[in-house]
Amino acid sequence: MTVLDTELRPPEPSRGIVFWRRYRRNRAALLGLFIFAVVVLMALTAGFVDPGDPLRRAGDPLTAPFVDMATPLGTDQLGRDILSGLFYGARISLLVGVVATLVAIAIGVIIGALAGYFGGWVDDVLMRVTEAFQTIPNFVLLLTLVAILGSKIEWITLAIGIVSWTAPARMVRAEFMSLRNREFVDAARNLGVSNTSLIFREILPNALPPIIVYASVIMALSILLESALAFLGLGDPNYASWGNMIGQGRAVLRTAWYCAAIPGIAIVLTVLSFSLLGEGLNDALNPRQKQ
Amino acid sequence: MIEQSPILEIRDLKIALPEGSDRPFALDGLNLTVKPGEIVCMVGESGSGKSLSAGAIMRLLPEPHVHVAGGSINFLGEDILAKTDREMKQIRGNRISMIFQEPMTALNPQKTVGWQIDEVLKLHMEGNRAARRKHAIEMLNRVHIPDPESAYNAYPHQISGGQRQRVMIAMALSLSPKLVIADEPTTALDVTTQLQILKLIRELQQEDGAGVLFITHDFGVVAEIADHVIVLRQGEVVEQGAADQVLNHPQHPYTQALIASVPDLAPPPPKPVSTLPVVLKGTGLKKTFAAKGGLLSGKRKAVIAVKDLSFELHQGETLGVVGESGSGKTTVSRLVTRLLEADAGAVDVDGKDLLACSPSELRGMRKHIQMVFQDPMASLNPRKRVVDLIAQGPIVHGEDPEKARARARELLELVELSPAAANRFPHEFSGGQRQRIGIARALAMEPKVIVADEPVSALDVSVQAQVLKLLADLRDRMNLSLLFVTHDLRVAAQLCDCIIVMQKGEIVEAGVTAEVFADPKHPYTRNLLSSIPGRHWTPPVRNTDAA
Repeated sequence: MTVLDTELRPPEPSRGIVFWRRYRRNRAALLGLFIFAVVVLMALTAGFVDPGDPLRRAGDPLTAPFVDMATPLGTDQLGRDILSGLFYGARISLLVGVVATLVAIAIGVIIGALAGYFGGWVDDVLMRVTEAFQTIPNFVLLLTLVAILGSKIEWITLAIGIVSWTAPARMVRAEFMSLRNREFVDAARNLGVSNTSLIFREILPNALPPIIVYASVIMALSILLESALAFLGLGDPNYASWGNMIGQGRAVLRTAWYCAAIPGIAIVLTVLSFSLLGEGLNDALNPRQKQ
Repeated sequence: MIEQSPILEIRDLKIALPEGSDRPFALDGLNLTVKPGEIVCMVGESGSGKSLSAGAIMRLLPEPHVHVAGGSINFLGEDILAKTDREMKQIRGNRISMIFQEPMTALNPQKTVGWQIDEVLKLHMEGNRAARRKHAIEMLNRVHIPDPESAYNAYPHQISGGQRQRVMIAMALSLSPKLVIADEPTTALDVTTQLQILKLIRELQQEDGAGVLFITHDFGVVAEIADHVIVLRQGEVVEQGAADQVLNHPQHPYTQALIASVPDLAPPPPKPVSTLPVVLKGTGLKKTFAAKGGLLSGKRKAVIAVKDLSFELHQGETLGVVGESGSGKTTVSRLVTRLLEADAGAVDVDGKDLLACSPSELRGMRKHIQMVFQDPMASLNPRKRVVDLIAQGPIVHGEDPEKARARARELLELVELSPAAANRFPHEFSGGQRQRIGIARALAMEPKVIVADEPVSALDVSVQAQVLKLLADLRDRMNLSLLFVTHDLRVAAQLCDCIIVMQKGEIVEAGVTAEVFADPKHPYTRNLLSSIPGRHWTPPVRNTDAA
């Protein structure tokens, strides 16, 4: 017998549960999530674990790690506590990572969405601008911006956002170009939905998954860019950032390697965690790509 | 006639699905026999396991997730399941060959037709290059490709869809296999081409005496070609027997329901509608797709999709637009809803020209003309709940959101879906259910005209019958005016009061459906009508409630 096709299937588990199930399948992504959680925890507890200013003198200069329990990871050449620097540095690194990524994604989404949705001359103009940005090496542009704006942490973050928006813009444009001709967009247009709603309510939610995945990459790159700036001595000297610590540790690299190595490891692990996180998000958000 | 030994014999075949699927076995206890010179049709709706059985015979199942869990497959008395991979390579292409559904994807676009036929011959045929080439051209000749020599050197995109399927058949038959498996070989083709291909398969198979296992979902095709029919439902054989027996005296209720779902070719009695007011009028519509030439590539010719089209749709009438692919019928549906901008012409909805509206006027006008789309998967935003999808239109047009949602729930009931559907997402529904949601969305605007672009062509036949019935019901109850675009003349016959036949962007014939079907004037219409698969077969059970 034919059954009438109007009988509903049993309800599916909620999106959150399905998402977590898919994410969990990737072991490396779980490790990434763990490291990320540790970094976030460090940033949150910086004030409790080691109260006080990470820039103040805490012990004898260049104490090796595990020698003095007051400074468990040692001190740099000015006697500043490296552990404390790590905790406070996590704050700066995460702050720079998150804010710069938001800036980059926001610019990228707007430019990419307009170019991909409208096409034609809008697309031509916006993409030529994007290409102009892409042809200038990221870091050179960043140095220029910092030279103009000054090296306050706010400006550095903004500048990192400004140099990173081109890739997401291209990505959003590609997604929009394939989605704008889909029937559901025509269906909404046929209901009389305006262009703005079509872009932001109909198409954008469907274009988001790959962008979210890519955001983790931008975050990792932002942290690296900030560190590189600090390494060159162009970071904000009023904050203990990991890049600043490496930059200063460089001077004593041969006698006290740990001054540069410990924050270096922190950067490597954090960037790695973002990368693994991104891979897990990709598995969870775009399940079809992998099968 | 002497009883010949069978080519293929399948006993109690079971194919297991991976854990967590909707059922443990894709195929449970399949028995079938293919004799020399016989065409066995395997019919079933999507998900019935018919394609997997072909995979099992070729030993091309996606193992280990999907694997044979029991039973035997005997090919010329030898057990296929016991063969090694190396032995299977000798059998595939040589003694068992396969014709696929979509010839464009089954052929390598980077290689010429000749190269691809030669590749098969190289593996299994003795003889040098010249001999192989001669054989290949002979095969192309046998499948009636005009100018086989030039087709040999052509790339797949340079020949038409029907010719590509002919090439596939030439490839499949070039080594005179004992068994040919055809997996929906004509589904992607237009009716006129379909008929030619079916005839060709029949003809070649009789010459070679091969057995054919023909997989299809279309009872019209079955009536056209089958000697023996097997009806599958969710992996189980519900009925099998001689074609005449199954088609004209089906025993199992499922077979009866399936056959009853095949739309009848008899059109509805004409309605006296011409006195009612015209709600939608197209005049002199034109659309040309300018092919965009790149900077370096040469200019390509512009394609004329619709040239000078005019029609009238009266209140409460259903106007069918039929034609083969490339006839411009879908373009028509996009032009009248102004999802595509026409180059010239006017579309009067309720006395106002839609094409002359400013963008803001247009948004207001849109509520008068709504659309039901072809692909129920693609036409619903996957990120929105059903209730929001249906209520979206009225809300955009200023209806109070709470009221609109309450109305959306009522509409769900009207399209025979449970109110529990309201808070789900589109991917949780079957194709037919999604199309019902699409219809509810169109109805929510209380439009003057509904344009339906192939609304049932993506659905299984039994679901198709249900959705068609729903549309007809709603039309009669709510006095809707429908512009119905379809390639399927059977569907058009069921629903449309009047009909427009299009070819290459032009109307070749228009009139009351019953009259056009009974006495087609234009040769193209005659050709279309005579190509409907199974047109000589009248389904025996006419049970309108079966669906």
